[in-house]
Amino acid sequence: MARKTHVQTQINGDSVEFLCEARQSLLEVLRDELQLTGAKEGCNNGNCGACSVILDGRLVNSCLVLGVETGGKVVETVEGLAAPDRLHPIQDAFLENAALQCGICTPGFLMSAKALLDNNPNPTEPEVRYWLAGNLCRCTGYDKIVRAVLDAAAAM
Amino acid sequence: MRSFEFFEPTTLAEASRLFAQEHAQLLAGGTDLVIGMKALTETPQSVISLQKIAGLAGITTDADGGVSIGVMTRVRDVELSEEIRNGYTALAEGAAEIGSIQIRNLATLGGNIAHASPAADTVAALLALDAQVDIASADGERSVPIHALFTGPGQTILTAGEIMTRFRLPSPASGSHYIKHKIREVMDLAFIGVAAAVDMDNGTITGARIGLAAVAPTPIRATEAEELLAGKSLTDAILAEAGEAAAAACSPISDLRCSAEHRREMVDVLTRRTVREAVARAHA
Repeated sequence: MARKTHVQTQINGDSVEFLCEARQSLLEVLRDELQLTGAKEGCNNGNCGACSVILDGRLVNSCLVLGVETGGKVVETVEGLAAPDRLHPIQDAFLENAALQCGICTPGFLMSAKALLDNNPNPTEPEVRYWLAGNLCRCTGYDKIVRAVLDAAAAM
Repeated sequence: MRSFEFFEPTTLAEASRLFAQEHAQLLAGGTDLVIGMKALTETPQSVISLQKIAGLAGITTDADGGVSIGVMTRVRDVELSEEIRNGYTALAEGAAEIGSIQIRNLATLGGNIAHASPAADTVAALLALDAQVDIASADGERSVPIHALFTGPGQTILTAGEIMTRFRLPSPASGSHYIKHKIREVMDLAFIGVAAAVDMDNGTITGARIGLAAVAPTPIRATEAEELLAGKSLTDAILAEAGEAAAAACSPISDLRCSAEHRREMVDVLTRRTVREAVARAHA
């Protein structure tokens, strides 16, 4: 049995402690240890963006971060996006624009869009497309997603 | 991923001691190492994170008018730094070519260089900008010019326990530019990368440096092309000579991405384009 390390982080505003092996990625910790299954495993090598989370204010692929590296850090996942009684404006805009089909890529796109709008509240369409280049969708294509992010920016 | 021991030393001396052991790997941004460990192409017994060592991240101005960039500086911060964008434009352009924003928020400048890929996106610019690499170990410190760092694909002159700490760039050249030859706008590897930096005085190129990536077993300088440009003013004829000399300096391979002939031809074309743009920026 491999040794486990005790890690203390903040996730979606809550102080969270977990035990993990050094070889577990942040994505595995979120999904397998903490049952936060919003972030998805797509490619598991940094290409698809389905596992995107915000770590200390920066958008990252959680599949490329080790759980043991996250001690003392602040993690934001898609589970923290909606308020208890209402969706986040980005989520509303994705619904309004039907900017999803199978939904696997959606949590990653939502977190990328959140990081973009945190940085740049009024992006142009090229800026949205450039920022979302690290997120792949194999169902709908990208136009509805881009429109949703622009609508969300306008609504916020 | 295989199991390994994870260390987060807080001093370089401790990191160097751990890294001198067998089967040890340094962890910076993880965008190469973690992928390699998942693919089992990397199976270290110990992984030593550099993130808790103070002073390894950040961009600072040096007394001589140059800048120092710590190895743990994220490439996204290199890309966005006003100081780098203005004074060392080719490097900001190279950093912006890496992966996605998610990747660039993790990947570090030190990792991009330590991985020693001939196709690294920041390396051509660091060659053209004449970066000096500071290296620390338990035995002390040394410093080498970046063109002397690489010995082969994935190979450097670093010996057991040696850790790169920072890249020191001299005061800015008059103008610089990097072009990545690629298919996709983003999320692509370089077919080739060409960077040029020029010093200008009254319309004359007083000095030029050209870095080439993905056209030889290591990143290289096109020194013959540089010498052809020095002391000249910019003309189509001198650009053509420099382009040819740069193409002659490389020893590209054919692979899935493109042929050696295409790479050599494009080194000629892109050397002319990068030098022309670097000169134009010097005048701007």
